[in-house]
Amino acid sequence: MVLTPPEETTTRPAASWCDAAPVNDADAGLPDWYLELRSAAWARYNALPVPTRTNQQWRFADLKHLRIDNHALPAPVSASVAADLVARAVSERPAEFAAHFVFANNRLLHAETPALPEGATCLPIEDALATRPDLLRAHFLKHGDFLGGEKFAALHAAATLSGLFVHFPKGRVAEAPVIVHHFIGGEGVAIFPHTLVVAEDHASVSVIDLFESINGKEDTLVVGMADLHADRGGRIQYTSLQDLNDKGAKHVQLQHTRAGRDAAVKVGYLNLGAEWVRNESINRMVESGADCQIFSANLANDVQEYDQRTLQSHEAQHTTSDLFFKNALYDRARTIFSGLIQVQPGSHHTDSYQTCRNLLGSDEAEANSMPGLEIDADQVKCSHGSTSGTISDEEIFYLRARGIPADEARKIISLGFLNESIEKLDGESVKEMLFARIARKFAAIG
Amino acid sequence: MSQSLRIENLHASVDGHEILKGLTLEVPKGQVHAIMGPNGSGKSTLSKVIAGHEDYTVTEGSVFLDDINLLDLEIDERSRAGFFLAFQYPHEIPGVSNANFIRAARQARLPKGQEIDAVAFYREMYAKMDELGMDRKFTARSVNEGFSGGEKKRNEILQMMMLEPKYAILDETDSGLDIDALKIVAQGVNAMRSPERGFLVITHYQRLLDYIVPDVVHVLHDGRIIHTGGKELAYELEEKGYDWIINEPVAA
Ligand SMILES: Nc1ncnc2c1ncn2[C@@H]1O[C@H](COP(=O)(O)OP(=O)(O)O)[C@@H](O)[C@H]1O
Ligand SMILES: [Mg+2]
Repeated sequence: MVLTPPEETTTRPAASWCDAAPVNDADAGLPDWYLELRSAAWARYNALPVPTRTNQQWRFADLKHLRIDNHALPAPVSASVAADLVARAVSERPAEFAAHFVFANNRLLHAETPALPEGATCLPIEDALATRPDLLRAHFLKHGDFLGGEKFAALHAAATLSGLFVHFPKGRVAEAPVIVHHFIGGEGVAIFPHTLVVAEDHASVSVIDLFESINGKEDTLVVGMADLHADRGGRIQYTSLQDLNDKGAKHVQLQHTRAGRDAAVKVGYLNLGAEWVRNESINRMVESGADCQIFSANLANDVQEYDQRTLQSHEAQHTTSDLFFKNALYDRARTIFSGLIQVQPGSHHTDSYQTCRNLLGSDEAEANSMPGLEIDADQVKCSHGSTSGTISDEEIFYLRARGIPADEARKIISLGFLNESIEKLDGESVKEMLFARIARKFAAIG
Repeated sequence: MSQSLRIENLHASVDGHEILKGLTLEVPKGQVHAIMGPNGSGKSTLSKVIAGHEDYTVTEGSVFLDDINLLDLEIDERSRAGFFLAFQYPHEIPGVSNANFIRAARQARLPKGQEIDAVAFYREMYAKMDELGMDRKFTARSVNEGFSGGEKKRNEILQMMMLEPKYAILDETDSGLDIDALKIVAQGVNAMRSPERGFLVITHYQRLLDYIVPDVVHVLHDGRIIHTGGKELAYELEEKGYDWIINEPVAA
């Protein structure tokens, strides 16, 4: 669905940050510590070099996508577009949900919290800065580790405005997901959505970010960040569903997990849209018993490039992690998977697994896999592997022998290939949303 | 118009190596025929050639389903025309649920724009699974993945029941089944026997034919039918093996 472009209703022109720090309408009233953090980030952004070909963390990436300084902050969408977007978002969400927020061009359009447990908080970041300053100060924009995306991270920190703060105090559990839609529209604009999830002891929450374009064809940039903190026995599932327009949209998503004692964190990436995507996923298991599972399903066609870098960092004994990524590629699409398992000194009795599978639907598609392993402990079980292949003729034959036409058979098999990763996520309603989106893209690419 | 599955002088080869060497056989509608034959005689090849497997080249002969020349059709068209093969070794399809698979096969038989009634579909499938003693969990599991040999065979029969073909070939459906499972599967097949449907049952063992009683038994050897008889032929083969037939001169 393509909507009309947003009307220019802002009272001053949106700034481009070619030569000035991005300025936001809502700056007034932000705490000093945060404004300082932002200006430091802006200085860092300007000081950091743009990655070059020799940078290992950008190996195989097409660096032409890294031109990011020519974007501007967007104008708000008009009231009629806003109403359409909210209707669109509401129609897709499952019947049961803990909270639902809709942002467009950095502004909050819609907020509903029908099933939040008592004491749990879901607040736009800007509101949380005012009303929950201590929690924000403890967790917001705190970590400085990235996998090559430092410059993007600095820009994000300097400019972030929209996004959700999710806080589940001790023992609070929501079965239904927190759903957050992020829309972007306008030629040459950028948004910087932030998602901060804090699950205290034995709390449990599932958050899904959906990234979508308002218009079908536009140069736009999303630089998002998701920070996940799970304390003792806490459980977080975080899903990034990226379905931006594939004609001009770029998406950088930087995600960081800190899993404490016996905490369990699941992270899922579904990439369907955008012309270029960079996902960085750092997952730290910092206390014993922590478990991280990272899944991804990517359906890339045309000239889409999906670049994913991951770290499974085992920093305590008896920690476990599993990574399972799947790429289905068509036409001249490219994917890059670079994953590192690091078992830090003394992190004995660690189990860590990593698998990347590529299904090549065309001779011109290109899947690059760089698995890596660094082990500095004993009693460790680790495995990593990547495979690339085409759909087997025998599988297609079996489906055709049941009357299913060849094209349809290929689609069903590719869909099944991607489903294998999504199935590992929790929550039927979240999975159904993801399945529906994948099926939609398969239908569209014919 | 003849109402039968009619195989005439069928020659087929793999990589230039001829496996079917002039095979002729007719299964009239309403009948059950059995094919028996030693390992490697070409039984699975025959079934896959009829299904349209691309490894095999037909160099001569024809296969008619009623008045339709199957060899003129694409693989999936043959199935939709009413042909079904229960495979000896069914393939696994990771990530595709059994229910979605069977549903897609049914959907492919509907006119464009018409959607399957999901509620009726599941009701029907559950009833058929109950008949076959299949647990409901098999609807959600990936097609054949991690199924035991016997579970795969039941799943083939489930598909046959859901697709209601005019003619079906069952390729060693009995192998991998214990006697109880064999009885259940045979019951399922017998329930489908009708004047409107023909079966060709491939087996090694007369045991299956105690439960699915054939009208005619054929012996396949070296790519040809070398002997045809009544159901008592199965017992004779069980007792005496194949050599006495193989060594007798082929009837002119
Ligand atoms: N795809 C194939 N490639 C090469 N040889 C094959 C192939 N399929 C069958 N054959 C050969 O054809 C002969 C018949 O095999 P098959 O039809 O499986 O026998 P049966 O089912 O009667 O045991 C065997 O010698 C087998 O090795
Ligand atoms: Mg065989």
